[in-house]
Amino acid sequence: MSVLLTAVVTLGAIGAGSAAILYLIGQKFKVEEDPRIQKVQDALPAANCGGCGFPGCASFAAACVKAETLEGLGCPVGGQATMNRVAEILGQTAPVAAKKIAVVRCGGTCERRPRTNLYDGASKCTVAAALYGGDTGCSFGCLGLGDCVESCTFDAIHINAETLLPEVAEDKCTACGACVKACPKNIIELRRQGPKSRRVYVSCVNREKGGVARKSCGVACIGCSKCQQTCPFEAITIENNLAHIIDDKCRLCRKCVPACPTGSIVELNFPPRKEKSPKEENATIDA
Amino acid sequence: MLKTFRIGGIHPKEQKLSAGNAIQSVPVPGQVVIPLAQHIGAPCQPVVKRGDAVKVGTLIGKAVGFVSANIHSSVSGTVLKIDKTVDASGYRRDAVFIKVEGDEWEESIDRSPDLKKECELSSKEILDKIAAAGIVGMGGATFPTHVKLMPPPGSKPEVLIINGVECEPWLTSDHRLMMEKTEEIMAGISLVMKVLNVDRAIIGIENNKKDAIAKFGKYAKACPGISVEALKVQYPQGGEKQLIDALTGRQVSSGALPISVGAVVQNAGTVLAIYEAVQKNKPLIERVVTVTGKDVKQPCNLLARTGTPASNLIDAVGGLPENTGKIISGGPMMGKALTSVDVPVTKGTSGILLIPSPEAGRKAMKDCIRCAKCVSVCPMGLNPTLLMNLTEFEVWDGTEKNRITDCIECGSCSYTCPACRPLLDYIRLGKSRVIAIIRARKN
Repeated sequence: MSVLLTAVVTLGAIGAGSAAILYLIGQKFKVEEDPRIQKVQDALPAANCGGCGFPGCASFAAACVKAETLEGLGCPVGGQATMNRVAEILGQTAPVAAKKIAVVRCGGTCERRPRTNLYDGASKCTVAAALYGGDTGCSFGCLGLGDCVESCTFDAIHINAETLLPEVAEDKCTACGACVKACPKNIIELRRQGPKSRRVYVSCVNREKGGVARKSCGVACIGCSKCQQTCPFEAITIENNLAHIIDDKCRLCRKCVPACPTGSIVELNFPPRKEKSPKEENATIDA
Repeated sequence: MLKTFRIGGIHPKEQKLSAGNAIQSVPVPGQVVIPLAQHIGAPCQPVVKRGDAVKVGTLIGKAVGFVSANIHSSVSGTVLKIDKTVDASGYRRDAVFIKVEGDEWEESIDRSPDLKKECELSSKEILDKIAAAGIVGMGGATFPTHVKLMPPPGSKPEVLIINGVECEPWLTSDHRLMMEKTEEIMAGISLVMKVLNVDRAIIGIENNKKDAIAKFGKYAKACPGISVEALKVQYPQGGEKQLIDALTGRQVSSGALPISVGAVVQNAGTVLAIYEAVQKNKPLIERVVTVTGKDVKQPCNLLARTGTPASNLIDAVGGLPENTGKIISGGPMMGKALTSVDVPVTKGTSGILLIPSPEAGRKAMKDCIRCAKCVSVCPMGLNPTLLMNLTEFEVWDGTEKNRITDCIECGSCSYTCPACRPLLDYIRLGKSRVIAIIRARKN
């Protein structure tokens, strides 16, 4: 009996002593953490995608609490609703950021951009891009091996089996930018989603001269600047034989779309035009 | 027993079909396209413009920066334009298009076949001539030769190694040069020895070129300091570090240059180009290209001007076989598949290989069976399967720790893999990423 008692008392004493020491050390080296960080973190979607530019949701939460205003900070996954909640916790106002979405700037489907050779190396765009320009005449276009698909945590981008081009699922894309980084050809761009998902963009990144670009692909931008002349809002720039529509200036008037002689400007989710010109036929959806 | 390097290596079927065929000249084409990037390093700055008349040997591209090499016109005629063309890199890059008119050479070039052994020039003057002639390593790596012959301060070259290994299957261009230009190469070796201020040179030749070994052995007897060594046939013995190990027993440590063990390696073809540049004032405007393949009517070693389209060379060997599935520029192990037959011959084109379609495709990749064959054949002592996996999952610090930058891209791992895994494809990607990361860290 006494053995049992001794053991219980001794172990109890050791336990109590250790607890006291741990408590004292805990008090001494206590790190004050802003309780709001945890609250903000709880409000975030916990996707840890890195789309905000921070390594994960926790560091983004810390950055939000530390920052004086929420200007320039945004969670692409949660969008405006999440940022409003974060602002509420911090007693600030959330900046209104336009919702963005990834667009694939290549319209070179199999018919429009004939294959000139066959690639059977490792099935990865970065490997193929390091080897050569690609299996078509266009060395700027999509290689179709799906590095973007692999990079997407939200299952929002897939290769269309018919066109062999990636397609973005609008309801799933959070504009985290992972695919933009993964694409070795810099084809994918984050653009404003636009009201009712309506967007107009140049679906080509070919910087060759017009003749060369045209020869390699039927829907290549040839840098003719017709769209630039048509645009009433000066929203289109031409650099290195390639047109680009500036997101902030574009008012979605769609005048550039029929002006493009190759049909490389794409309009998405607009209602059908009243009079359909034959050129527009080429320019229908293939994002 | 014959010498060879110690770690790894493979022995693919040799297939040296064109070994017995003397070098023939390809007729000068009607138009040449001379790329401005024919070497490792910065592309050249063009110094001619549209409409300019050029002769054979006229400077058309000037070296930019330290690691770069001049480019000269290989024909006489008029510059049509400076535009982009698809070269062996698979991308469209700047090139000078020249319409050929006649065959007029620069007066300074000595076109006589006489052998000129004596050289009064100082080593600095020889080096300047090599740099002016735009000579690059002609084994395929195309590293500017004058840079290689300027050892960094504090290092002292002890031995010159001449690479006559030609370990790539199929290729025979160096073999033919060694047979037909033996004396010129010997004279070139003495020039390089003078530049480097070394008194010893070893010519390493694989034992499948017995005639070349015998011929060099005969001439080397008369030259003190120069010896010939027969080597066991083993790929990739033509790699600098492998050849140094095979011939001298010295191993270059990870990340170090061959000069760290006192060795400088030059390809036999490069040495001939050095001889021609120094003694005959001839810039690097032509090279020997082996055009061969299983179904090629007449495998040949062709002397072609730079800028000649590959199609001209293919026509010279009896045309493209009907069942061709792949055209490779260079050897089958390290060469690159071409996307078009219009790709011009450059300073580094050692061969054009026409592979029939049943053999051209790759087999489907299967799972790694952990047999470690790739590990045992890697001549750099790396673990290719680990490096591939780390690259696939983008573990860049891991790939760096496992010495991915030591990879010489010889392809032995991919060749030997029973699961047909694209090991080198991934390692090459990882290597370029890690090099970029290291460079960014330094800046």
